[in-house]
Amino acid sequence: MRRPVLSATMALLLAAPPALAEMPEGISHFTLPNGLETVVIEDHRAPVVVQMLWYKIGSADEQPGKSGIAHYLEHLMFKGTDKLEPGELSRTVTANGGMDNAFTSYDYTTYFQRIASDRLPLIMEMEADRMANLKIGEDDWQAERQVVLEERAQRIDSDPRALFAEERNAVQYYNHPYGRPVIGWRDEMMGLTRKDAIAWYDAHYAPNDAVLILAGDVTAEKARELVETYYGPIPAKGEAEPRLRPQEPRQNAPRRMEMHDARVAQPRLVRSYLAPERDPGDQKTAAALTVLADLLGGSMQTSVLGQKLAIPGKALWVGAGYDGLAVDQTTFTLSMVPAQGIESGKAEAMLDEVLAKFLETGPDPDDLERVKTRIRAAQIYARDSAHGRAYDYGQGLATGLTIEDVNDWPDILASITAEDVSKAARTLLNSKASVTGWLLPAEDDDPRTDAQTATSTPSTTPANLSGPPPARPAPQDAAKPEVQE
Amino acid sequence: MIRAAIALFFTVMAVPAHAIDIQEVTSPGGIKAWLVEDHSIPFVSLSLDFKGGASLDDPKKRGAINLMTATLEEGAGKRNATEFAQAVEALGVNFSFDVGDDSLNVSMRSLTENRDEAADLLAQALSQPRFDESAVERVRAQVQAIIKSEATDPQSIAAKEMARQAWGDHPYASSTNGTAESVAKLTRKDLVAAKNRVLARDRVVVGVAGDISAEELGPLLDKILGGLPEKGTAPLPEEARLQLTGGVTVIDWDSPQTIVSFAGPGLPIDDPDYFAAYVANHILGGGGFSSRMMDEIREKRGLTYGIGTGLATGIYGQTWQGGMAGSNDTVSQAIDLIRQEWDRMAEEGVTQKELTDAKTYLTGEYPLRFDGNGKIASILAGMQLIGLPADYPNTRNEQVEAVTADDVQRVAKRLLHSDELRFVLVGRPEGIEGDAQEDARAAEDQPKDKP
Repeated sequence: MRRPVLSATMALLLAAPPALAEMPEGISHFTLPNGLETVVIEDHRAPVVVQMLWYKIGSADEQPGKSGIAHYLEHLMFKGTDKLEPGELSRTVTANGGMDNAFTSYDYTTYFQRIASDRLPLIMEMEADRMANLKIGEDDWQAERQVVLEERAQRIDSDPRALFAEERNAVQYYNHPYGRPVIGWRDEMMGLTRKDAIAWYDAHYAPNDAVLILAGDVTAEKARELVETYYGPIPAKGEAEPRLRPQEPRQNAPRRMEMHDARVAQPRLVRSYLAPERDPGDQKTAAALTVLADLLGGSMQTSVLGQKLAIPGKALWVGAGYDGLAVDQTTFTLSMVPAQGIESGKAEAMLDEVLAKFLETGPDPDDLERVKTRIRAAQIYARDSAHGRAYDYGQGLATGLTIEDVNDWPDILASITAEDVSKAARTLLNSKASVTGWLLPAEDDDPRTDAQTATSTPSTTPANLSGPPPARPAPQDAAKPEVQE
Repeated sequence: MIRAAIALFFTVMAVPAHAIDIQEVTSPGGIKAWLVEDHSIPFVSLSLDFKGGASLDDPKKRGAINLMTATLEEGAGKRNATEFAQAVEALGVNFSFDVGDDSLNVSMRSLTENRDEAADLLAQALSQPRFDESAVERVRAQVQAIIKSEATDPQSIAAKEMARQAWGDHPYASSTNGTAESVAKLTRKDLVAAKNRVLARDRVVVGVAGDISAEELGPLLDKILGGLPEKGTAPLPEEARLQLTGGVTVIDWDSPQTIVSFAGPGLPIDDPDYFAAYVANHILGGGGFSSRMMDEIREKRGLTYGIGTGLATGIYGQTWQGGMAGSNDTVSQAIDLIRQEWDRMAEEGVTQKELTDAKTYLTGEYPLRFDGNGKIASILAGMQLIGLPADYPNTRNEQVEAVTADDVQRVAKRLLHSDELRFVLVGRPEGIEGDAQEDARAAEDQPKDKP
């Protein structure tokens, strides 16, 4: 999000805790003198607690040529401190009946544990320790670089959809680092060193650049006491860094791309548009886009694309996706798997026709009402998962929203009118900042085709040890893939 | 993998009695359910498991139960697919319909205020599904697309080959989806027959959690399930006999990485050594970053992004299995290490510290699984599905605690023999040849699949 640069002091003043009455039940919020912002989400139904520490630093903050360093450092954060042997943190969590992991995205790097609530001091002590005292041993960094390369091979290089998404992003963003993959380009990953990792850690890991979420069976008072004990003594580093990345210029040329891969069974269309993100105090357009995505592709039976394309059998699958939780301009995506025998040009024309019609007529009032009912119900269901709510608050605050913005979001969604949706749809769908991509099976003249069909077709009767696949194909076209430890 | 997932499921379904109070409810119509009341959030979660799942397919109609399940929500009673989904959405209700090897699961989540109307809709989906031609064709096309995609997915290829070699003529040996040929031939009549094989009151178990009392639950259950036939038309599946042999099967696949799947004999949950095996597996490869395999293969050598093992404890057949992915040029090294660790546990047993850490984890993570109505409802149904008594929660942790280092070594000696492990490799692993016998068997089977 582009917001004015604030000094750390001003930021602290602005982040002063609001009156408790404005907070949803069970939620509290405070900031330590060293700048660590903390949210406590109480849920005492089970003796479980989740600690999530979100550093406001991600792959979009990397320097060109060093892609992958944010994620590589995330891995190295498990390699120990003065007090902890390599791997000891995870072993200790596991030996205490808990689980832990971490993930890296464009805008944040997050570490979390889930454990019996009486063990909260233990995990807090270890998490605080590695915020300030990471040690990366000479023996560890090279093996771990192999691990992240294997991770890339498994998650990206072995999956044509992931490769396609990576290239689509690169084409979508001319200038902004969202165009680079979170995990990094392979050649650049191979050149990352221990020195790079330490420099990254020293520059960015500090309480004033982090958000701590505690969710589950812990009271606000106890949480505050523990946070002060364990995180309080860690000094702030400099001033909270403004997150000024190179921004996208105006894009005037809609782009098209095609990728063929022998591992692709079904042609798939994905179109993305640059779209505004959720900004502090300014979330209405993002809310309209959220409702728009639901109206267009939220259900195969009732959404606009579902009713016009899937139900009549013209498409096997349709979808629309938008996630406004990003620091800078994000994307809105439409996707479709055409039915067998419908060639790609025709399929795309059908999609365009449905979208044009939607712009003409606007949303159906009954459809809009149902979407809002779903949103309202989802708010109540969300209370069933403390872990899920920890994500909502952590992701919001780590991408620059205030806690009030996160709290206000459901009401803003509920206030969206048909006119708001139409307006957002007109701006979006008429935008030239778009990429239309087709992911296609191997071309007939592609030499790989023969090799693949001749040798790789699995023997015979399909069998299934891997469990029932989803009843419907669910393409992973999320605009912003996250990388997980 | 489903059977790995089931194994996990087996071990998590109990908590100390003080944490969860399970009520056994019988509806006026005679339907039994387990209920955990919690009125702090105004909604209820309900989970129904119908025993047998897709393994109840008529062998000549493989895939019928899967296609039927996916079409249940595509129109019921007076409403077509779109109208039915609109009615569900207007209530803010969620339904899910899912089928696997051991059960067909139906789940519902509803706000308290809309509970009765939600139950009416679910009852219609279960008892009066329309199976309209247009809906069946649409869902059939989706299932065919999945079958096609799985044929080019190395993970699916490996899993299918392993199941094929493991389970002979049992339904476990083939995909619940069916084949392109079998699915193409299914008719509406086949779907109705498939529904009658599996969806019946004599084989349903029910778990419920959330904002509802026992008195309110009874009539709700009768409403949801009362329209189903009393008895299913297919007998429950028979036990499957494990037919795996030790060795390596290589399936050529053009990729920088090789997918590694491995499996050997497992054991059922009522085996006296089950908990010893469960502890052994945690130390061997089930315990994430703290397991021996993760340490040797990822942490020390960087040969993979992740490796895991699990007791795949299906109701009708069991294996002890694992999987990983690694670069073609180093994967043979990883496979040597897998074999080495597989045997080492039988030869050397485990240390007292490994045993203590494993037990602390396994007993400590137990109550953590019960932190939401949706999870609790699903666990309650799952417990009944595999026939665990309601007091199992009180004995489960004691059984874990009672496992000794000798027990672990004994079960390792009984089950962990690397020469009995079958590896299925999908990729271009360097320096590894598959054994010819298995390849020949694969080729022989090919014609059987044709109509």
